[in-house]
Amino acid sequence: MNISKHRAFLLLTAVEVAVVVALVAHARGVAADLAATHIPAKREVAARLGLTDLAIWTEARYTRHPSQTDLFSPFQDFPSSLEHFPAGSVVGVPDLTAFRQPAEP
Amino acid sequence: MRRRLKILEFALSALWRRRFKNFAIVVVYGFTIAVLASILLMTDALRGEAEQILLGAPDLVVQRVAAGRHDLIPIDYAEEIRGLPGVGEVSPRYWGYYFDAFTESNFTFVGIDDGPPYELELLEGRLPSAPYECAVGEGVARVRSTGVGHELTLISHDGLGVIFDVVGEFRSPSSILTNDLVVFRNADLVELFGIPEGRAVDLSVEVFNDGEVATVAAKVKRIFPDSRPITRSEILRTYDAVFSWRSGMLLAVFSGALAAFCILAWDKATGISAEERREIGVLKALGWSTRDVLELKFWEGAAISVTAFLLGLIAALVHVLLLGASLLAPVIQGWSVLFPEFRFTPSISVYQLFVLGFLTVVPYVASTVAPSWKAAVTDPEEVMRG
Repeated sequence: MNISKHRAFLLLTAVEVAVVVALVAHARGVAADLAATHIPAKREVAARLGLTDLAIWTEARYTRHPSQTDLFSPFQDFPSSLEHFPAGSVVGVPDLTAFRQPAEP
Repeated sequence: MRRRLKILEFALSALWRRRFKNFAIVVVYGFTIAVLASILLMTDALRGEAEQILLGAPDLVVQRVAAGRHDLIPIDYAEEIRGLPGVGEVSPRYWGYYFDAFTESNFTFVGIDDGPPYELELLEGRLPSAPYECAVGEGVARVRSTGVGHELTLISHDGLGVIFDVVGEFRSPSSILTNDLVVFRNADLVELFGIPEGRAVDLSVEVFNDGEVATVAAKVKRIFPDSRPITRSEILRTYDAVFSWRSGMLLAVFSGALAAFCILAWDKATGISAEERREIGVLKALGWSTRDVLELKFWEGAAISVTAFLLGLIAALVHVLLLGASLLAPVIQGWSVLFPEFRFTPSISVYQLFVLGFLTVVPYVASTVAPSWKAAVTDPEEVMRG
């Protein structure tokens, strides 16, 4: 069978769009299932144990608990030190726009 | 419509004549899209997950800062904080780090209040409720070859070995929170770490009204100038910054891919080959208008970029959703010995996909059409002669 090039292209594009739509629909279905099951269960774990951070980087205090770490400039252990832990490179600079001022007496 | 299809047919035939070069462009272009989309999808999924899970974090954590760093906090502080309007329970928290010399990995120890045996959906067994019991995360159980019904030997602050009965093991879906955790009763953890009496690591403060958390934090700071209150919204904001695609290494990967794409588009925009110029000249000589030539070049650019964009997007979706971002995970992982297996809760916004498409397809098509316009408006004979 001889199929013209534009038909083949349009067919290929339609198949690609269908695959993207199917993957996105699948992802949304999985997300909805997880939101209904695992997310509340994980939130319960965080609430019961009083957890404040995700257990992703266990190399150092400031990577294990980025939200609880000391108020240093990021990742300086001593003057002129180079970055020890690759995970440090993943973390961005802190957002200081909402830096809280002491309340008026 | 029929005319457009004919021009598309002609454009595809022209692309087919240079099929090896165009195939290479589709591969490079598609790979660039796949990298960009993978980063966007992965950071979005992690940020969304952190945002949803950490809603369970304490409303307010109060640390004590001494000599510029986190220090143990006197439990007496809790009484005064409890007296503030709008404040509910104030509980001392006990937690800390433990370097396990057997496995050369870091564990995180967490203490919980004494209470009746407590079960969690994501915990096989139960939380510790009697002396010398503990519950472990999946990563700890794996590296120490332990589990429910087994024992875990740890070294206390005074160098003595202490044996704990493992009564619970967190199931793998909770790994992102519990992978390196060992949970004890507070009393056991105080003994293990040798925390002085009347001190805690920090205080967890319940605030009844979410809108008053910042006010309570400011009041705590005023009453105890050596304290450092951390609100839940600050915790969430931290993770928003950590998993932003604009941050650190991810930005490096992201900008590398973007730079590769820019070079590709720039190469196209700075000129067309002699063969392509001759082709345009022949078409003009045969009676094609400038508009027809530009439409032909538009379809050539569109066919390549739409195909590359969709293939790249499919690769990114499969990589992140089905393969757990296995190629990007090592970038995130760093030097962690205990690293949780990523099971992403997908978070895909159609808006994001459109933005990615707009930022890549449009410049490429424009860079294909622009140099052709110059050739198309020139006299055909001059173009063919070069």
